[in-house]
Amino acid sequence: MNIATYLHAFNGVVKREFWRFIQQRSRFLSALVRPLLWLVVFAAGFRAALGVAIIPPYQTYITYETYIAPGLCCMILLFNGMQSSLSMVYDREMGSMKVLLMSPISRAWLLISKLVAIALISLLQVYAFIGIAWVAGVEPPVLGLLAVLPALLLVAVMLGAIGLFLSARIKQLENFAGVMNFVIFPMFFLSSALYPLWKMRESSEWLYWICQYNPFTHAVELVRFALYLELNGQALAITAGATALFTVLAVISFNPEKSVRAAPVRK
Amino acid sequence: MKFRALAPSLIAAALTVSSYAQAGLAYISNEKDDTLSVLDLNTWQVIDTIDVGERPRGIILSKDGSKLYICASDSDTVQVMDLATRKIIANLPSGADPEQFSLHPDDRKLYISNEDDALVTVVDTQTHEVLAQIEVGVEPEGMAVSPDGKWAVNTSETTNMLHWIDTETHELVDNTLVDQRPRHVEFREDGQLLWASSEIGGTVSVVDVPSRQIIKKLNFEIKGIHPDKIQPVGVKLSADGKYAFVALGPANHVAVVDTKSYEVVDYLLVGRRVWHMEFTPDNQYLLTTNGISGDVSVINVADLKVERSIKVGRYPWGVVTTP
Repeated sequence: MNIATYLHAFNGVVKREFWRFIQQRSRFLSALVRPLLWLVVFAAGFRAALGVAIIPPYQTYITYETYIAPGLCCMILLFNGMQSSLSMVYDREMGSMKVLLMSPISRAWLLISKLVAIALISLLQVYAFIGIAWVAGVEPPVLGLLAVLPALLLVAVMLGAIGLFLSARIKQLENFAGVMNFVIFPMFFLSSALYPLWKMRESSEWLYWICQYNPFTHAVELVRFALYLELNGQALAITAGATALFTVLAVISFNPEKSVRAAPVRK
Repeated sequence: MKFRALAPSLIAAALTVSSYAQAGLAYISNEKDDTLSVLDLNTWQVIDTIDVGERPRGIILSKDGSKLYICASDSDTVQVMDLATRKIIANLPSGADPEQFSLHPDDRKLYISNEDDALVTVVDTQTHEVLAQIEVGVEPEGMAVSPDGKWAVNTSETTNMLHWIDTETHELVDNTLVDQRPRHVEFREDGQLLWASSEIGGTVSVVDVPSRQIIKKLNFEIKGIHPDKIQPVGVKLSADGKYAFVALGPANHVAVVDTKSYEVVDYLLVGRRVWHMEFTPDNQYLLTTNGISGDVSVINVADLKVERSIKVGRYPWGVVTTP
């Protein structure tokens, strides 16, 4: 098989994901409502009108809305990554993934294509969110909107891969509620998305270290720095490393012959 | 006609270019450290810290920019610093506890508020003699001399008045009642209007100078911040006459007021307890001193955005800039 075949397959997967996105506009809206609630309601309730202390990459005092915006961008990617990965596991038994996996193209390529396709769709949602946040007064440098693109893409693939690995491996995560309670919430809250880590450290040293080992923290910081036209080398290294590791693990775990789930019986 | 219209903007453009090429400096008085921080306006780095008298607050430049006058409040003197050598070359007899002062356009007479003595002391900066001491209200604070040199206006924090002093006779001629705790006064460039901030009253009064009557009173309101925290102190008017910037103290914001409509255009978030302000020589930036957070915030005047905040000493109070 040559490169053209692989590209053809990639194209097909992306196109299919795109059409699905077009048809599920309500899902697009609901994915936007969640971070917007956080931005408009939660951040307002936090009352940080007097400013959040200066931490890099910010050069001056910022509002709490400005602080949490990058974390909320990653929240969109987190929910989408987990949701799509879970549906991929089901799809393996009964849906389109089953058909797709029958093709002679390697499973790894198909899965990566799928992860990238989901990531690209998620990016549209993130940019829609950034647009609305802009109106709400969160104004990063305009060039930052471009600089953040590769960071967002990497983070989206990482989160998709983590989701795929976990949902293929752990039987208990059989529905979205399980994923939400045991993956999304801990990852989101034990990170720098909602509060700077120095603040976390003031209350608990071990919570701080858990946050430090959470790849989501570094994903948020990578996006935060990129949005303000700075490169956080450590965050990039950890996010890229985690993406590579979890993609390999996900491909290994996503073996149709070793299904951990029984296909639902339909009568 | 066309050239006349264009000339000011051409000159402004030329000035912008030339001053950008020069290394502009800002001097910031640090009330708790008894020092001045010297800030490079191109690199935004503090390049020097100079020891001065106790509790330096108000600072002002001589007209040629070669000397810096410093109110060393707890040393009960106004110090004169030679900026070429950064050495104190004289101590002026300022009266007790000098806080704010203003230099007459003649570059000689310095009008100094003596907070504890309810006096305004006038000192000749060349002979170092006290020319007059004028009794004003309780706790005099803000001080400004009109651009034509005719008026010296002092604010008294407890009497809540603006005191109009005739600079020819050094007599108190008139008083204008304003809201509680007036802190600062600033003349418009043409001398026709005077802006006065009232810290506890939470307002800024705009006073017509010929009639000495208040023609407009401005109120401020920031979502999420208790009205008690909104305490206007420093006021600066932009060189193009478009905006007035009002430092709102513990509200940590600078209000931007449209000087035509008197509407607040925006509130800009800066450091904690913002006090006084100064434009850079090219008028591109406005620097604010933030007492509690111990830093200076830099506001881009054209797009009304706070670009950065730079750590200086403890409790920065006053700021001046040189080209």
